[in-house]
Amino acid sequence: MSVTTSVARAYEHRHARASSSNFELWSWYFFRVSGVLILFLVFGHILVVHILNSVDDITYAFVAERWQSLGWRFYDWLLLALALTHGQNGLRVMIEDYIHPRGWRIAAHTANWTILGAFLLLGTLTIVTFATMPGVER
Amino acid sequence: MLRLRGREIYFAWLLHRISGVAILLFLFLHIVDTSLVGFGPGAYDTFVSVYRFPAFRVLEVALVAGVVYHGVNGVRVLVVDFVENTNAIQRQLWWLVWLVFAVLFLPAAFVMLRPVVAVTLP
Repeated sequence: MSVTTSVARAYEHRHARASSSNFELWSWYFFRVSGVLILFLVFGHILVVHILNSVDDITYAFVAERWQSLGWRFYDWLLLALALTHGQNGLRVMIEDYIHPRGWRIAAHTANWTILGAFLLLGTLTIVTFATMPGVER
Repeated sequence: MLRLRGREIYFAWLLHRISGVAILLFLFLHIVDTSLVGFGPGAYDTFVSVYRFPAFRVLEVALVAGVVYHGVNGVRVLVVDFVENTNAIQRQLWWLVWLVFAVLFLPAAFVMLRPVVAVTLP
């Protein structure tokens, strides 16, 4: 059995009353895939930032040194993008579950997508545009 | 939504939502605090020094608890979704979530809370 059919079967099994919308299937699939990726990335993040280091060590110099490495920048950006989209998807499902009046629901969905875009833009700009060498004052 | 069996599984689902929203709210704050590196060492270091207050260290531990629970329970959801015939062992899987949670979270909490304990107890 192909992955796609087993995914579709599992999805239908859990969502007997779901519509045949392709978007909902991909949203459900994205939840699982992003969740597994985030699991590895976030446990690595906790280990490095909260266990091996601590809030006492997190300074501008720490970030500047870490972001000298393109690998860490990519790691941080990937965790940022996956966690934001995973969380946005979660809020989207909760809006569907809890906000029923049509106008309010549309407003909530619009706000949710806008917030995702704004934070993804701010986070991406922060990681991409940071160029200072460690210890160098601006 | 999910076909739920028993009080534990409803609680698992509810806690998953609550921890998810809490983590997302912190992520928003975290994106804003990290964006301060663009304004130089002064702005960033001043803001993140707030995270060193004992109260924030306790919140940090709560955040890690939320992340570990959300991750481990997420794996349980994957197992229930993709492995056949898991209905009979739903309850055992739920206790396994808490076992794995304890193994991962308790040592982490110990390491993170050491400075707070050191301040409180002589």
